Amino acid sequence: MSQSSSFLERIGFFKSGNVGESGWGRTLGVGLISLFYFLPVLFIIFTSLKPQDMALSVPPTLSPTSLFGLIPDHYVFTPTLENFSSVFSRSMTSGGAPEPTGFDRYFFNSIVIASTSVFLALIIGTLAAYGFSRYPLKGNDTYLFIILTTRMLPAIVVIIPVILMFRVVGLSGSYIGIILLYTAFNLAFTIWMMKSFFDELSTDVEDAARIDGSSETKVFLKICLPQVIAGLAATFVFGLILTWNEFLFALLLTGPDTRTVPVAMNQAVSSGGRGTDWTLLASIETLFLIPVFLVTFFLQDHLLRGVTFGTVKR
Amino acid sequence: MSAVVIDRPAPQLFEVAPDNWKLAILAGLVVSILAALALPASVSFWIVGAMAALVAAAFVVNAYRRGYYGGLLVAPAIAVLFVMNIFPLLWSLGLSFFAYQSNQQSIRFVGLANYVKALTNDLAAPANWHALINTAMFVVFTVAAQMIVGFLLALLFSKQFPLRKYLLILVLTPMMLSVVASGVFFTYYYDPTFGILSYVMNQFSNEQFILMDNKVGAVAGIVFADAWMWSPFVMLLVLAGLVSVPKYLYEAAAIDRVSGWRQFWNITFPYIRGLLMLALLFRTIEAFKLADLVILLTKGGNDTLTISYHLIRIANEQNKTSEGAAISYLMLFMVIVLTNLYLYIANRRSQGA
Repeated sequence: MSQSSSFLERIGFFKSGNVGESGWGRTLGVGLISLFYFLPVLFIIFTSLKPQDMALSVPPTLSPTSLFGLIPDHYVFTPTLENFSSVFSRSMTSGGAPEPTGFDRYFFNSIVIASTSVFLALIIGTLAAYGFSRYPLKGNDTYLFIILTTRMLPAIVVIIPVILMFRVVGLSGSYIGIILLYTAFNLAFTIWMMKSFFDELSTDVEDAARIDGSSETKVFLKICLPQVIAGLAATFVFGLILTWNEFLFALLLTGPDTRTVPVAMNQAVSSGGRGTDWTLLASIETLFLIPVFLVTFFLQDHLLRGVTFGTVKR
Repeated sequence: MSAVVIDRPAPQLFEVAPDNWKLAILAGLVVSILAALALPASVSFWIVGAMAALVAAAFVVNAYRRGYYGGLLVAPAIAVLFVMNIFPLLWSLGLSFFAYQSNQQSIRFVGLANYVKALTNDLAAPANWHALINTAMFVVFTVAAQMIVGFLLALLFSKQFPLRKYLLILVLTPMMLSVVASGVFFTYYYDPTFGILSYVMNQFSNEQFILMDNKVGAVAGIVFADAWMWSPFVMLLVLAGLVSVPKYLYEAAAIDRVSGWRQFWNITFPYIRGLLMLALLFRTIEAFKLADLVILLTKGGNDTLTISYHLIRIANEQNKTSEGAAISYLMLFMVIVLTNLYLYIANRRSQGA
């Protein structure tokens, strides 16, 4: 970048001088790449807007508008919102009256189960990570490794004993069962992730606070926790995404009342033997994407703020 | 660390005290065994659970009285993991020494026979090995692709620029899709008749383009879909590291006219090393378990059967529960060796640096 301020620099296309900042030029470049990366998702969203008979058309219809004539007519479809209402109520037999599909309940289940288990895992896991990081036990690494091991086996192996156990105890098909299972499922990642953030912190500030007479609880809540907010946000988002979309455990361990959306989506799309119902699948997925998309979007600032507490790194 | 340690004599073995965890374990074990022998499973389960809680309570009181904060903080996590993960794992480990099929009532102790069969049987062993080799191939390709793409994406977003927030969320979205939906839609993208990929390829040649026709294409299709979905995961971890690098270090480097490469290696890399390792570790573990995309895209055809899908077939479709358990413990053994090796190298590096 040249030091003299060119025209492009003056309008903010380039930015020089300030480290870690760029102008609109970077926006343009990154924007193109991001949009390209996003295309398969965009196609799913567009499919949810298509009339049912256009879902499999050749050539594929790609856009709801012709963008003032930029896109040739045979790539353009007329958008409709009908598919979204058919997620919640549609006729199950040809020509029958629309029936409720129960998807409102499934969305509710997904939200309750995912959010509760991720919060639980975050609370329990952060405490444990702090313990592992600051008060190492005898055989600390062994404990950590055993925790990691719980994530290593394919779900199918763990699931059979879990099914048997749940049946014996009566947790099968209940909220508590699946929430506890997902909490455990998230714990390994939460502990490892948060431990790596706690390990990065300098202990100087903590020790200074201890010398000044702060209690251990206060050191944790007032000094350590605020420094790892970025880590908490990232862990929350990852946990939420994984739990939100988890399929196998939900398929085998939820009952009709506690069924989550991925399971119901799989059933709704492949039922009836008529092959995949593309527009229905796309509209369920689009609706299902919105909550987790919004959470990620609003946590993003935390996600990227990083550790700005002004600590001196080791 | 200046944690206050209260000196307090440990209680005698048979002294009834709330912090006598040795006695609690002893009593818990006796009661649990008696309950398991005498009472039906649905009752004895809760008794065993209550005993575990008793032992846990004794540990907590003990830890609190003596200022073992580590044990206190870690206890809840260990308890949840034990009930929901470690206990089922041990159960399935036990199951692997029996002949048991989930569609039959009989169960018979066979010792190591399941392991011997998985490793030496003329029919089973080559199929297992083959699935394992396929899995290794998928692990290498998908993890490499995710690490590279994720790292490059993170570099793109490492600087502040207008609208960064909105562009970043576009890149993160693939990770948020349900694998059912994205997998099914990838079958559409790859479809030889209706699919977009074939449509584009047919513009350039007259032959019909079928991606999933041979092994190379099928593997490429699966790797692409998996890497597309999970590169954002790597990106987010790396990015969290990149933005945590204090700016003054770069400013100092700029004053000293340090070259870009050295700046990266000496300033940036130490901050992202831990997170890169974490991303690599978790993606490798997940890649070993790759099954859903294979099921959706090829159903194991064109020689793309992975060990995890192989296990689903054995344990779920053929109901050979204990055989599946044996194979998965062999697999776990391999993953543990790999992970330990990897953690060893990572630790040595960080100590050497």
